[in-house]
Amino acid sequence: MQTPAPFDYERATSVEEAIASLQRLGPEARVIAGGHSLLPMMKLRLAHPEYLVDINDLAELAYIAEDGDEIVIGALTRHVELLKSELLAERLPIFRDAEQVIADPVVRNRGTIGGSLCQADAAEDLSAVCTALKAKVVIRGAEGERTVGIEDFHVGPYMTAVRDGELLTEVRIPVRPGAGSAHEKVERRAGDWAIAAASAAIWVDGGKIADAGIGLAAVGPTTVHLARAEEVLRGKAPSEDLFAEAGVVATEDCSPSADGRGPVDYKRHLAGVLTTRALRRAAARALHQEA
Amino acid sequence: MDVSIVVNGKQVTRDIEPRQLLVHFIRETPGLTGTHWGCDTSNCGACVVLMDGAPVKSCTILAAMCEGHEIRTVESLERDGRLDPVQQGFHERHALQCGFCTPGMLMTARALLDENPDPTDEEIRIAISGAICRCTGYKNIVSAVRWAAEHEAAAKHGDGLRQEV
Ligand SMILES: Cc1cc2nc3c(=O)[nH]c(=O)nc-3n(C[C@H](O)[C@H](O)[C@H](O)COP(=O)(O)OP(=O)(O)OC[C@H]3O[C@@H](n4cnc5c(N)ncnc54)[C@H](O)[C@@H]3O)c2cc1C
Ligand code: FES
Ligand code: FES
Repeated sequence: MQTPAPFDYERATSVEEAIASLQRLGPEARVIAGGHSLLPMMKLRLAHPEYLVDINDLAELAYIAEDGDEIVIGALTRHVELLKSELLAERLPIFRDAEQVIADPVVRNRGTIGGSLCQADAAEDLSAVCTALKAKVVIRGAEGERTVGIEDFHVGPYMTAVRDGELLTEVRIPVRPGAGSAHEKVERRAGDWAIAAASAAIWVDGGKIADAGIGLAAVGPTTVHLARAEEVLRGKAPSEDLFAEAGVVATEDCSPSADGRGPVDYKRHLAGVLTTRALRRAAARALHQEA
Repeated sequence: MDVSIVVNGKQVTRDIEPRQLLVHFIRETPGLTGTHWGCDTSNCGACVVLMDGAPVKSCTILAAMCEGHEIRTVESLERDGRLDPVQQGFHERHALQCGFCTPGMLMTARALLDENPDPTDEEIRIAISGAICRCTGYKNIVSAVRWAAEHEAAAKHGDGLRQEV
């Protein structure tokens, strides 16, 4: 039987109270959201917090809404809500693509977007999605709020810009005209983590790709941001050749390691194929040509 | 700490360590050992119970997190000596062999039918994709859930539910 080592537990009733608790308890305190990454790590003694601050009662952090030219998602929004959201399906279909293949429906009833991003595991699908969409995250502490781009949020494997005494409260996604987005993943079996996954977003203006975003999961020590492939796409008309070219860049710019999910050359190959597929589907959506 | 959870409609209060997992809180309650735990790593689904109606893996939730919530376990399915249609379906369609995965499968199936009374085979397979059965090969489980769906629909239309056990 696996059980975490002993700790003390508090349940927060407001964001302010959660932050006050985290400040008072210091660096040995951790937030628990869905618990579906943290509890397995605690069972394995890979994490050993002395205090857990439970934020599951903070209904004010569970929402998906439009706010001006952004779509905003509360940190406590669960995978199942992201999957079912009609707003996301219409405006940012990449979320439904990803949520259909993140874990299984029962895990999706608990896991949250905030927990996924804060876990900062390179295999996390939503980190690739948020990288492609050029999302920003809102971090709140005792001194107030700051907004950080997703690029600066993930500072290393399992490390984020969230400091002791702070809480991730919101994910903000800019909505621009001419957008299309998609997520493609290959896994060993239903519900498993990715062998490799690619998230792509493009913004088309006057028949040309005005901007592009690509994030890869599970093929590097952190989420891979394919800046060089984005540069290849910018200013060109979407085409099959162009997407294949971006796929080649993906095989070059990722840095997978060999493990039970596959050898390095296979993962590189997948990164390329999935990047091309995700771009193809994102473009079809941007141009309203999806079959 | 004192934790108080409504399990199958009854308030259960116990002094536990904060680290106690929901699955153990349930199994240490007299009469409630039907919930199984297998992998301990949220991969097998044997420990699935309903939390406010939604299936969750009870090996990956602290009991303390469930205070103020309603938990339903496999023991709640049978009412007044009458099996729930999903239980009856598993019986009719031979959907269990060793029975280890069955409590989790039944609760997952119950939640599916509560939300979607007429699921396709594909929808059933997706719903149970977080649960592993080492014996049956899943075919009969899918067929059992279909049996339950059809008989529940018939019961609603007044045809009654066959109850030969
Ligand atoms: C069997 C299984 C399969 C899975 N498969 C996949 C998969 O295929 N793809 C995938 O992407 N994920 C997968 N996951 C992970 C799943 O999506 C997790 O739920 C998610 O990674 C973590 O979310 P959580 O809410 O459970 O976070 P928790 O476990 O509660 O927390 C994770 C970390 O984030 C911190 N944290 C949480 N919320 C906040 C916040 N608001 N502010 C600051 N810090 C916070 C915690 O302190 C902890 O360090 C899988 C999980 C399981 C158990
Ligand atoms: S024991 Fe909980 S999922 Fe296996
Ligand atoms: S009946 Fe044996 S594991 Fe499913």
